[in-house]
Amino acid sequence: MDRPTIYLDNMAATRLDERVLDAMRPYFFDSYAVATSQFGYSLGIAARDALEAARAAVAERLGASTDEIVFTSGSTESTNMALKGAAAALSQKRGRHLITTAVEDFPVLQSLRALERGGYELTMLPVDAHGSVNPADLANALRDDTALVSVQQANQEIGTLQDLAALADLAHQAGALVHVDATYGWPRVPLKLDALPVDLVSLTTALAHGPRGVGAMYVREGTPLQKWMDGGFQEDNRRGGPEDIAGAVGFAAAMDLVDADETQRLRLLRDTLEARLLGVPHTVLNGHPQRRVPTLSNVSFRFVEGESILLHLDMRGIAVSTGSACFSRSLEASHVILAIGGNHERAHGSVRLSLGRYNQESDVDAVASALSEVVARLREISPLGKEV
Amino acid sequence: MPLPYSETVMEHFRHPHNVGALEDADAKAVEGSPACGDMVAVYLKVDAESKVISDISFESYGCASNIATGSIITDLARGKTLDDAKRLTWKQAAEALGGLPAIKAHCSVLAIDGLRAAIQNYEERHGLVTQRDPTTVELVMSRLKRVMNPMVGLDLVRTNLVTGVRIDDGVVTVVVDLPHDHQFANNIRAEIEEKIEPLWDVSHVIVELQE
Repeated sequence: MDRPTIYLDNMAATRLDERVLDAMRPYFFDSYAVATSQFGYSLGIAARDALEAARAAVAERLGASTDEIVFTSGSTESTNMALKGAAAALSQKRGRHLITTAVEDFPVLQSLRALERGGYELTMLPVDAHGSVNPADLANALRDDTALVSVQQANQEIGTLQDLAALADLAHQAGALVHVDATYGWPRVPLKLDALPVDLVSLTTALAHGPRGVGAMYVREGTPLQKWMDGGFQEDNRRGGPEDIAGAVGFAAAMDLVDADETQRLRLLRDTLEARLLGVPHTVLNGHPQRRVPTLSNVSFRFVEGESILLHLDMRGIAVSTGSACFSRSLEASHVILAIGGNHERAHGSVRLSLGRYNQESDVDAVASALSEVVARLREISPLGKEV
Repeated sequence: MPLPYSETVMEHFRHPHNVGALEDADAKAVEGSPACGDMVAVYLKVDAESKVISDISFESYGCASNIATGSIITDLARGKTLDDAKRLTWKQAAEALGGLPAIKAHCSVLAIDGLRAAIQNYEERHGLVTQRDPTTVELVMSRLKRVMNPMVGLDLVRTNLVTGVRIDDGVVTVVVDLPHDHQFANNIRAEIEEKIEPLWDVSHVIVELQE
């Protein structure tokens, strides 16, 4: 790379924080042994102590107990494990009906689709124009045989936060388990599981400057869960495979570095950026105006197509994401924008900007200027919107 | 990492030629729609005597390959007779652009479609088309040759994905050998509809996916 990049795609991946790497380093080069039981050799006991310290830190932050945290290879695995494991454990005892929302990310949607092909019944809850699930819709969908309700904490594209407390209460009253995909919220958006009655949560710090390839799952004590990743008896016999000590340490270290002050700084930057983007004519906000991830803004520019916007920004050293079909690997327009009632044009013209630790005020300024220029230029070429 | 687009594509994307509406165009056509993610408008000025395209322009709502193809195809068509311009192909445009990614074929084919539709529009308006033939299986197949299978960048007919075409009182049924949950099933279905529905005597298009 021969030019400075302004990176505003922190909901896709983040730059690792050096302090996280420093915390992980000893577990690559010094305490590299497998985590052993207390009767093992010293190197293995040191590894186990580091793993358990990381687990305790994560549990404390979440208001959970240590044996409720399982480390995994990422939140995608956590979600597979939670949904497939709980569905299998409950199919005889409770039933084969599953509920989720139309705006979930692919790990949830595809895991549930796979269960559906295996004979489960799936209900998708609609969302309103802001992307929020109406608790009344969940109440209507719940049945005696509903085993599991999966609702995200924050949306991956538009950042809308769901009312987890209300939804979880309804599900529990009906006797169903609740899974929360917290990939795009926590640790930036706090989760206090001692106050929130949910059963399974998929977690990562990869979007908060932590390492990729490591995730965690919260499993409330007593939650029925069939082991999904077969192997050894690691993680209290809930997930086979030697634990990634460095990964777990890095996960916890990244979590510790996310604090309210930083989040507030980024929120102010986001608000400045968003105000400028919404000043571009024929531009709409996607997502809830208030109940939203504080580091994310998603807007649709009418009459223009996202891949072209993205490419023009890339030529200026700016990285963002779009819900345009051209950009996606499936060639499908964003299912999230369509679910909030947007048409294909709104999906194709949507741009997601997500901030992280390394963004500065000057970035926001540069991106807002570049985007309004690029959009104006593409609108000159576009056959749409000329009569307006 | 290099971009998937050639230098020439990027140059046409950055600085497209022949952009904008022609105020006093003799013919115009729009292909595609915002729903399918790409849309091209082509404007023509034609010398009534020689039938040479004296001026041409385009507008594009779409991705880089769509914009670049609109730019190159209008360059290629300028100064040609309608008959010669009609024979310009996607392959010629792609070659002039130094290649296009296979997965973007459908976005760029649209610009060729726009040019041909604008020429047809001119011919119809100037009485150069004498009769309207009823839609036949052969005509449907020839149109399906412009629907790309994005997996391989070749058209549906060439990749033997079309296993049947039936025409019954304005209803055209196209049978495609793809599973319902194929990654590109929805795209291919939309493109087939887009190519067949505009035929003058077609009222409805049904795309049947085979397991």
